[in-house]
Amino acid sequence: MRALCWEGADELAVRQVPDPELRNAQDMIVRVRQSVTCGADLPLLAGRSPYLVAGDVLGHEFLGEVVEVGPEVRRHRVADRVVVCAAVSCGACWYCRQGLFACCDNGTAGGPEAESAWGQPVGGCYGHPARTGGFAGSHAEYVRVPYADVGAFTVPEAVSDDRAVFASDAAPTGWLGAELGEVGPGDVVAVWGAGAVGQLTAGAALARGADRVVVIDDHDDRLRMVERHVGAEPLNYRYVDVAAELRERSGGRGPDVCVEAVGMAAGPPGLLGRLGGGAERPLALREAVHACRKGGTVVVLGTWTGSVDAFPLGAVMNKGLTVRSARQHGQRWIPTLLDRMARDELRTEHLATHRLPLERAADGYALFRDRTDGCVRAVFTP
Amino acid sequence: MARMGRLTAAGIALAAAGATATGVVVHRRERSPRAAGSDPRPGRWQVVTVAGRPEEVLPLGRWPEPLRRLDGAVELHARPAPGGRGTELAARPLGGDPGFPGLGAHLVGDDPGRFLRQALREAKQLAETGEVLRADRSRLDRPAASG
Ligand SMILES: NC(=O)c1ccc[n+]([C@@H]2O[C@H](COP(=O)([O-])OP(=O)(O)OC[C@H]3O[C@@H](n4cnc5c(N)ncnc54)[C@H](O)[C@@H]3O)[C@@H](O)[C@H]2O)c1
Ligand SMILES: [Zn+2]
Ligand SMILES: [Zn+2]
Repeated sequence: MRALCWEGADELAVRQVPDPELRNAQDMIVRVRQSVTCGADLPLLAGRSPYLVAGDVLGHEFLGEVVEVGPEVRRHRVADRVVVCAAVSCGACWYCRQGLFACCDNGTAGGPEAESAWGQPVGGCYGHPARTGGFAGSHAEYVRVPYADVGAFTVPEAVSDDRAVFASDAAPTGWLGAELGEVGPGDVVAVWGAGAVGQLTAGAALARGADRVVVIDDHDDRLRMVERHVGAEPLNYRYVDVAAELRERSGGRGPDVCVEAVGMAAGPPGLLGRLGGGAERPLALREAVHACRKGGTVVVLGTWTGSVDAFPLGAVMNKGLTVRSARQHGQRWIPTLLDRMARDELRTEHLATHRLPLERAADGYALFRDRTDGCVRAVFTP
Repeated sequence: MARMGRLTAAGIALAAAGATATGVVVHRRERSPRAAGSDPRPGRWQVVTVAGRPEEVLPLGRWPEPLRRLDGAVELHARPAPGGRGTELAARPLGGDPGFPGLGAHLVGDDPGRFLRQALREAKQLAETGEVLRADRSRLDRPAASG
């Protein structure tokens, strides 16, 4: 089959790779109909992960059609149209039973090495190095889906592919952000980052009844989307003092909930970074901590894999902040999100600013990485 | 204090309270964080918590696969985890000392701690999900389809 392979820092190529095969009884094979770029791919693309290997297939947010099921798959059959959660989780361990699917004990195929990076193993993800997966990515014609009954969801007929594909990762991440912030009526919420994740977080905060939601970025095209499609207030950090502006918009208190939806820098790694070390500069996170009201909550949705530099712990401590973070536990929310999509309460199509055949996926990533031509997400069709 | 079941391949016998699976090790000098593999006590217990009660994790007290293969080379303990978190399954090389007299190199390779940890992870996965999750085969494992 054809697949988008990472060939080295900033080098991608669509190549012929072996078709995936059933490796476990709970696996199924999905023929991909749509697969989307994600901010989480950018550090990988830039070569910031020392564990990605040339030839690895990228992509983790996808939707498709079931073409083969393993003997232990109960909920799906051939020809089902499914959206697949980007997180690979077993559904049976203690963490999965608590709804902490992204913390699954059995979601990676790596050995004990998977434990050494963060002290414990975490759930898997498609298109990531072995220690957070061991599963090929979705920018391909076919994908193997482990724990198919747990991670794949039949898409209601009323929901188009174009909309449902965002239920794989971006929409549940937005939902996670609003839930970790325990956003509710009366809250002022500020979200850093107007990518798909930031926009869907803002939408989730409004859906939970937030009074005011402000989204911060420096891309005017993305900020216009925030206004038009999400109904949140844009704030361009290039032109205003973010802290002063947020204070003004929150009665001098500061936002109750501050969400960081930016993540690691996507540029080339420094020398230490290439060796798997070095600390990131969490600019938006620092700003969020400073802006947040006393006793408020800072939610970290952006992807971080190592250490950050100059984290303002003093502000956290002295203002009594709560800092929460997670990778999305999509299995918990995808059915609800698909229902909301079917009722037209959650619309995501506008995020797919660029649609390209898989063969042109490298061009799609260039647009997405450089944020040229108003690109928010590029969707590939094999 | 919780009691810990001591297991042999033949069945469960209860060991004395407060067995050492979670025992506190007193180090002379704090050197942390320590790189993986530099454990000064390579013969220590390796422990995983498995969802399910001990009688489910070890039906009839039998050792689960792939630990069963290590009978005679490791000791195994199981006890209920607090708060309904499942069963704590602990294993260490028989004898417990870094020399591993009971552990044949052919069985465990040159890193018995890692080997035991992997065996425990697999036993846990088998008990919880019914199978051991396998990675996709890499491009290097097999030839590309033609075309
Ligand atoms: N927690 C999860 O489970 C999860 C899931 C998906 C994605 N993510 C992460 O969420 C983050 C966002 O994803 P995305 O797909 O929307 O990415 P994206 O790259 O499309 O968007 C990031 C946005 O942040 C903006 N930004 C950069 N620096 C900023 C700053 N200092 N202040 C304000 N905005 C700034 C950029 O201009 C960009 O618009 C990424 O780090 C991604 O890895 C996390
Ligand atoms: Zn993603
Ligand atoms: Zn699990």
